[in-house]
Amino acid sequence: MIRTVTTQPARARAFAVVALLVAGTAAALAADAGLDAAHSTITATFRQENVPVDAPFRQFSGRIDYDAAHPEKTVAAIDVVTASIDLGSPAYGSELAKPGWFDSAKFPQANFRSTAVRVLSPGRLEATGTLTIKGRQLAITVPIAVGAAGKQAVFDGSYVLSRKAFGIGDADWDSVLDDKVTVKFHLLGPVR
Amino acid sequence: MEQPAGKYDQGARALHWLSAVLVIGALAAGWTMVGLPFSPLKVKAFNWHKWVGITVLALTLLRVVWRATHTPPAPLPMPAWQRKVAHALHGLLYLLLLAQPLVGWADSSAAGIPVVWFGVLQLPDFVSQDKALAENLEHLHGLLGLLLAVLIALHLLAALKHHFIDRDGTLRRMLPH
Repeated sequence: MIRTVTTQPARARAFAVVALLVAGTAAALAADAGLDAAHSTITATFRQENVPVDAPFRQFSGRIDYDAAHPEKTVAAIDVVTASIDLGSPAYGSELAKPGWFDSAKFPQANFRSTAVRVLSPGRLEATGTLTIKGRQLAITVPIAVGAAGKQAVFDGSYVLSRKAFGIGDADWDSVLDDKVTVKFHLLGPVR
Repeated sequence: MEQPAGKYDQGARALHWLSAVLVIGALAAGWTMVGLPFSPLKVKAFNWHKWVGITVLALTLLRVVWRATHTPPAPLPMPAWQRKVAHALHGLLYLLLLAQPLVGWADSSAAGIPVVWFGVLQLPDFVSQDKALAENLEHLHGLLGLLLAVLIALHLLAALKHHFIDRDGTLRRMLPH
């Protein structure tokens, strides 16, 4: 590649243009099908000695196939990069990637896969699916409010999980850290 | 209340010594905890430090009110420059005892971690979450801590100098008994 650039600059430039176009199209397609991650948030709120601390995940991806005419056919698949949790300081984030917490080297992603969606009322869904964190799977049911922002659908909800059920945090942390962690999500995606 | 001649009243003395213990404890905890490894102890130390800091803030406000509503003992004879320096030092100490907890509180808010006094009373965040601001406030908090420690050392040295070299009653005015 480098040789091409040095020997045939014009052709290399053409290649670069084509590569950019392809990459741009791919990105556009991905953006079209997937979540608008730039405007979506997934935040874990934990409590230490009664102090609530919000820790957003900075990297996640996924898609929610949502058809406004058939909301019961909604399918959601979300992947979260566990090491991207933001505790305010990079030093703390790297601590949570360690084996006692997320063990991000072994389990880089946590995910949710929906298996069924029920319509509770207009604008309110209930998703059942599998939550996988640190390789452990748990069947969960999450209520989701569906709204609209421009041409996008907005999915809001939260789920209270037990960090111990997923082996997150050693037992010596139990004296300061609550077992219950609230994961709040605000996800924007395309409407079919 | 009748006071033994020249002594601060009981309330002023109690507030002074309680503050002294808490401030020195908070400074010691502050210096130690930042170097601790990520652990439950570190979390506890930070919380304890914040609880004590907010207590110092409340006590200092109370002391200012107390000082304004109670007459301190008449000043002891000493050169005018010494009285001026002592007065300035006391003023600075009061200022820092108010400013330092406020800066720490703001630092915690900016870092996105609310202060929950003794794990019971969640204090409002008076600055919003902002990483750059948190870093600046953390730096300022460290500098003010250092300044506070230096001023306390001067305060202590001056008290000892009055007691052992000048042999006047300055220190006795504030002693618990």
